[in-house]
Order: sequence, then structure tokens, then C-alpha cells
Amino acid sequence: MSGPSDYQPSNPALQWIERRLPILGLVHSSFVVYPTPRNLNYWWTFGAILSFMLGMQILTGVILAMHYTPQADLAFKSVELIVRDVNYGWLLRNMHAVGASMFFVAVYVHMFRGLYYGSYKEPREVLWILGVIIYLLMMATGFMGYVLPWGQMSFWGATVITNLFSAIPYVGESIVTLLWGGYSVGNPTLNRFFSLHYLLPFLIAGVVVLHVWALHVAGQNNPDGVEPKTEKDTVPFTPHATIKDGFGVACFLLLYAWFIFYMPNYLGDADNYIPANPGVTPPHIVPEWYYLPFYAILRSIPNKLAGVIAMFSAIIILCFLPWLDAAKTRSSKYRPLAKQFFWIFVVVCILLGYLGAQPPEGIYVIAGRVLTVCYFAYFLIVLPLLSRIETPRPVPNSISEAILAKSGKAVASIMVALVAAGALFVGTLQDARAEEGGTRPPGNKWSFAGPFGTYDRGALQRGLKVYKEVCSNCHGLSYIAFRNLAEAGGPGYSPAQAAAFASDYKIKDGPNDQGDMFERSGRPADYFPSPFPNEQAARAANGGAAPPDLSLITKARSYGRGFPMFLVDFFSQYQEQGPDYVAAVLQGFEDKVPEGVTIPEGSYYNRYFPGHAIKMPKPLSDGQVTYDDGSPATVAQYAKDVTTFLMWTAEPHMEARKRLGLQVFVFLIIFAFLMYFTKKKVWADSH
Amino acid sequence: MNPDASTIAAGAPIEVDLSPVAEGQDIKVFWRGKPIYISHRTKKQIDEARAVPVASLPDPQSDEARVKAGHDQWLVVIGICTHLGCIPIAHEGNYDGFFCPCHGSQYDSSGRIRQGPAPANLPVPPYQFVSDTKIQIG
Repeated sequence: MSGPSDYQPSNPALQWIERRLPILGLVHSSFVVYPTPRNLNYWWTFGAILSFMLGMQILTGVILAMHYTPQADLAFKSVELIVRDVNYGWLLRNMHAVGASMFFVAVYVHMFRGLYYGSYKEPREVLWILGVIIYLLMMATGFMGYVLPWGQMSFWGATVITNLFSAIPYVGESIVTLLWGGYSVGNPTLNRFFSLHYLLPFLIAGVVVLHVWALHVAGQNNPDGVEPKTEKDTVPFTPHATIKDGFGVACFLLLYAWFIFYMPNYLGDADNYIPANPGVTPPHIVPEWYYLPFYAILRSIPNKLAGVIAMFSAIIILCFLPWLDAAKTRSSKYRPLAKQFFWIFVVVCILLGYLGAQPPEGIYVIAGRVLTVCYFAYFLIVLPLLSRIETPRPVPNSISEAILAKSGKAVASIMVALVAAGALFVGTLQDARAEEGGTRPPGNKWSFAGPFGTYDRGALQRGLKVYKEVCSNCHGLSYIAFRNLAEAGGPGYSPAQAAAFASDYKIKDGPNDQGDMFERSGRPADYFPSPFPNEQAARAANGGAAPPDLSLITKARSYGRGFPMFLVDFFSQYQEQGPDYVAAVLQGFEDKVPEGVTIPEGSYYNRYFPGHAIKMPKPLSDGQVTYDDGSPATVAQYAKDVTTFLMWTAEPHMEARKRLGLQVFVFLIIFAFLMYFTKKKVWADSH
Repeated sequence: MNPDASTIAAGAPIEVDLSPVAEGQDIKVFWRGKPIYISHRTKKQIDEARAVPVASLPDPQSDEARVKAGHDQWLVVIGICTHLGCIPIAHEGNYDGFFCPCHGSQYDSSGRIRQGPAPANLPVPPYQFVSDTKIQIG
């Protein structure tokens, strides 16, 4: 991509091809001999990381699409069946869902890198604008992908986002109808989003080719922001950049694998494990984390149309960056003021992201407005002004000169990391103290917690007994088949035991040759029958509140962890909000209603239930279920056992996930070390 | 990409029997995939809705213009918040009307926006009384 290649393959077959289609020469000139600045730091490996992530998303996405059903009544279930029944389906789904987040992590680093080092400046304006287009396409793709599992957050996220377009005067309503393909978000919407979600990644790949082309015409920017002048300023792309990018990708994979194998639901929302319901709005609709800063800008403006315009302008303004910042010096390394404002801007973006996840009330609204002003002021006031008043430090004459002048700055970064870790630790202590005696579910010791957690077989078997004798009177378990009871990582029954267990159930089947439905005894392939034929019957029989299906309940329930616990959880791999909540609700019934709380007729007081008024009467009491293995027949023990069992029903492949995770980590760490030492060897002469 | 024929056919008018809805109660029916609230308002709710000076409202509209004359106790509105499309909860909020849990918009007993980010009143769907106890929506 940088002019005609002088590449001459030695193999006659390759020569034959090269004369007719010089594709090998193109690859050779773009990715082998291509001169790359010698002083690039690791922030420049994010380009390669992004290409890798795009490939990963397309690969996993294509396979997932082979198993997914884009139909409103079946979509949610088909995703669950991918996770439960498809070979390594849980891995594919986690890779794809976490991959979207990782893609955005990498793109934000990549964008801030460009911002800091002035990579958008002449002659790289088109390169930068192509990047903004890729980012916009990514946002659209990510949004439509999030709709496909058709959970509550998918449905309501789609409703809120498509309604943004209704703010457009005159044509807004027609545009929204066009997006929906109906009168509200529904099956046609899901179908077209699936189609577009499949299409857009290939458009992204196309624009990426243009992006790389523009990059190879203008050449890469570098931390010092001076163009390479002599041969001494550059090194060939291969092996130098290739191996360095390889090491960068290996390190990034460690982060990616941390989420895939140990906390796949950390970045998601518990509400998305509840099937979409057009009649119930979740109390707090939050988009995926990567849209939060823009969502905060949208909400901080009280006028609907103005809010939508502000949100889109916040992205579009990036296109004008090359002209807003007219400073001649590229790199903020040599711009003392711009450097400080850059870091302030980073903090503003992070705080906006935090506000986007908070309820829009009180101080959050005011803070949101202040930060929105700061966001736009950075582009419209600070950058234009700085380019006029700032005196930059002298820029080195060449890249080689900059490398010679380089001094170690690692100490400062290590200090910053230590202070951050210390702050987190202090936060943990404070939070632990605040937790006593509140309405937050108390933490439990779960056998399945942590990186080596496994299910306690005894607890699973006892929990199944509690479910069968108590819960199953009102609650279904419709994603669990009897055969699952005999699968590895489950309660540890033999196939014969599972078959015997199944034969106790009466399953409705048919129609037979006479056209009648009939009942037969259960087989291992049958699913647990639900206690009510449909949701309306369940609702009518339970005072208006339908008992939820329990297959996913431990993943569909959660509670806010608050700041800074959600950061601590990343390191401690705490994933048990759901089980803690379920166990707490089962034990949280109290006869004495505290003062100031009124419980409506037909409801019961529960300390941990949001709002405290629960329709379910106290389900468990001491001695209700007889245990054969001598475990105490207490409510606490029942609650713990049945919660363990329900965690298994929600995540039947958890043990396989954590086992494979360990193997992957051992491999990746060794691989990263090998890459690092290879890189050191390759670069030995170039530093 | 506009709605196909079957979607349009499914959006045909529906009839709703109002006789089981007691005073002070409301029902939610779905029409064109949208929730429609039908409230049998109490005297107090009607009086509250009519006592407000219309000019002081963010989206000025009199209660009389939002119900059918002679059937003043029946309020029929599309239960979709005009802000970003969530479903408000009936009988909540400070105005004896609807409260949207998403971004805190509050509507009064006539479905008019009183507080919060929503720009407009809850829309009234096209409907007419077929008899005293039956309406046709659409």
C-alpha cells in the first residue's frame, strides 16, 4: 500500500501468481518491509489488538449465528440452548459477548492514544475521520448485537435507543416506524437487527482496510510526533512491529480470558437474563458500559431534542478535531498545558461514564450537566485556545535523537499503580464495615466461588430435593432437562438414576394417531415440567404475581455493589451477587413488620426483597424437608443448598469453564513470556 | 422496511368491555404492541385534573379535550412515556396519575406531563364508545 513493490518471489509458482496479481508484493510492502518508526511505544500495539478483536468477533459471531434463532418467542431460549447444549457454546457466547466489551476497551485506548499524541493532525486527517466512522459503525453493531439475546435490557434498550430518533422534528415518527417494522419494538425489529448485526462487521472490515491504507500512505505517527527522516529512524515492520504487536495481543488476551473464564457476566446486566416482556419496564434502564458517557450527556439535557443532538454531537465533534486543534506540535509530550488538559478530559469521560449508570436524580443530574459542559469545552474552547497561547517545549530534530535522550519514567507509573491499589484496598475495608445490619444481602461462603470453585455435589443433590418438594409447586425450571442431572459438573447422578428420576414425572405429549394429547412418564431428554400451563394461569393462581422460572434466577437477580466494590470485584472475581441475594430472600422473611413500612394485603414482609413487600409466602421452615445424609434440616441449610442447586441450573458448565480457564491462563502466560523475550532479542540492536 | 401486511392487519381496531372495571381501578390492554391504560377515574381524580389552570402545564391541554364528553370518568391513554418509551406505572407519583420509573417523569390523573424530562402528555389513542360500557380502540 505504499507504492510499487520490488518484491521478487523465488518460487516459480509464486512468481507466476505475482505477475498476474501482485498480492504477495502488496503484503510484503505493507507488512514486511514497511518502515515503522523506531520509537513506538506499547500504546501503538492497540491497532493490532483491534484487528485481532475484529477477526475474533466475526469468527465467533458466524458460528453463533449457525445456532441462533432470530424470532421474538425463541431468541432468548435459543441463546440459552447455545450456552447449555452446543459444544463449547458457553465459550463461544462468552467470547463474543465479552469480546464486544474488549473491542471497545481497545478502541478507547486507541482513540485516547491518538488524542494524546496528536495522531489526527496533518497529514492524517482522513485516517482519523475513517477511524471515527469505524467507531460509529462499532457502536451501531454493538447496540444491535445486545438486542439479539432478547432479554429485558435488550428489549428496553432497543426501545429507548430507537425512540431517540422520534425527537427529530416532522420525520421522527416515520423513521422510528421504519426501524421497528411495526408499531413497537417486536419480532420484525429483532429480525432486521439480526440482519444488520451480521452485515455491519463486514462494513467495518472494509473501512478498516481504508484506515490501514490511509495509515500506510501517511505513515505512522509516533510518541515524539516528528516524521521519520532517515533510515535510522525506522525499523522494518517484520519482525520488529509484528513481534511487538504479538506480545501486546498476548497481554490483552490475558485480560480477555480473565473475563471469559472467570467473570463472564461482570460487564453485563442481570436483567438481561429475564426474557423480554413488553408489559414490564425494568426500574433502571442502563446501556452497555461503552455507551454510558454519551447516555449521561443525553440525560443531562432537559429538552429531548436538544439531548439527542448533544449526544450525537459528542461523537461527531471528533471528526472536526484536526481543525479545532491547530497547534503545530503534535505530541502532548512536548505540550505542557495540553498534556494536563488531556488527563482532565480523560477523567471527565470516566466520570460521565459513571454518571450514565446512576439514576437521573439530585446531585447526579447537576454533575452530569457540569461534566457535559466540560466535555464540549475541551474541544470547542480548550484545544483552539491552547493552540494559540501555549508555548511548546522544543521538539527533537529526529526520532533517533529522541531515543538517545530517553530517560526512565517507569518509577512514576509504578507509584501511581500502587496508590490506586492502596485506595481500592481502603475502599474494601470501609465497605465491609458499612455492610453490617443493612438490607444488603449478607455474603456467603459458596463452594463454587473463586477461580477453582466447584459445585458441592451433596449440596446440589439436597438442593434438588428441596426444589422438588417445595419450590416446584409454584416455580418452573424449564431450561433443565432430566439428562442434565447426569452430566459432568452437575449433581453427579448416573444416567440410570437420572432416568429413574425422570420416570417419576408425568409429561404431556402428543398428539397421537387419534389426534389426542396424552400423558406418559418422563424420559431423560424431557425438561422439568412447569407447574402452570402459561404465565396467565401462574399469575391468577398467585395473587397477580407470576412466580418466575428458576432456571436462571441466580443470574437474573443482583444488587448494586456500589463504588468502589465493583472495582474490587474485578480483582477478587466476586460473582455471587445473585446467589447471595437468593439465599438472603429465602431467609429474609420476618413476621414483625418494622415501623414505617406498610405491607399491602396479600404480601409478606421480606427484609432483602426490593420494596420489602413480596407476594411469595415464607417458603421454607425448619424440618420441612428430610435430608438423608444427616445435614441439619434448617432453613439456613435449605436456603444454601437450593441456592447452590439453582446456581448450577443457571450455569451448568461452570466447572468446565473454570477448568479450561486455568489451562488457557497457563498457556497464555508462557506464550506472553516467550513473545516478550523474542521481542527483546529482535529489538536488541534497535534501541 | 415499513410494517408488512400481516403486522398492519394485526393492528386492526379492538373492542374492550369496560363493565368489569370498578371506579378507581384501571386495566391495561395491548393494541399494536402498545400498552393502553383505561382508567375508571374517581370523582376526586376528575376534579383534580380539572382544577389545574391549563396554561400552567408544560403541554397545555384541558382534561375535557382528553376524554369523551359524557364519559368523563374514563381516561384512555397510551401507556408509553413520551420521553424514551418506558411504561409508566399507574397510581403512582405525586399527581394521582402515572409515574415513569426510567427517568422520573410524572403524569397527572389526565395523563398530562407535570414533572420530569418527558416533553408531552401521554397520547390519547383513537377510540370511540360503541355503547356505554364498550369502547373500540383504533
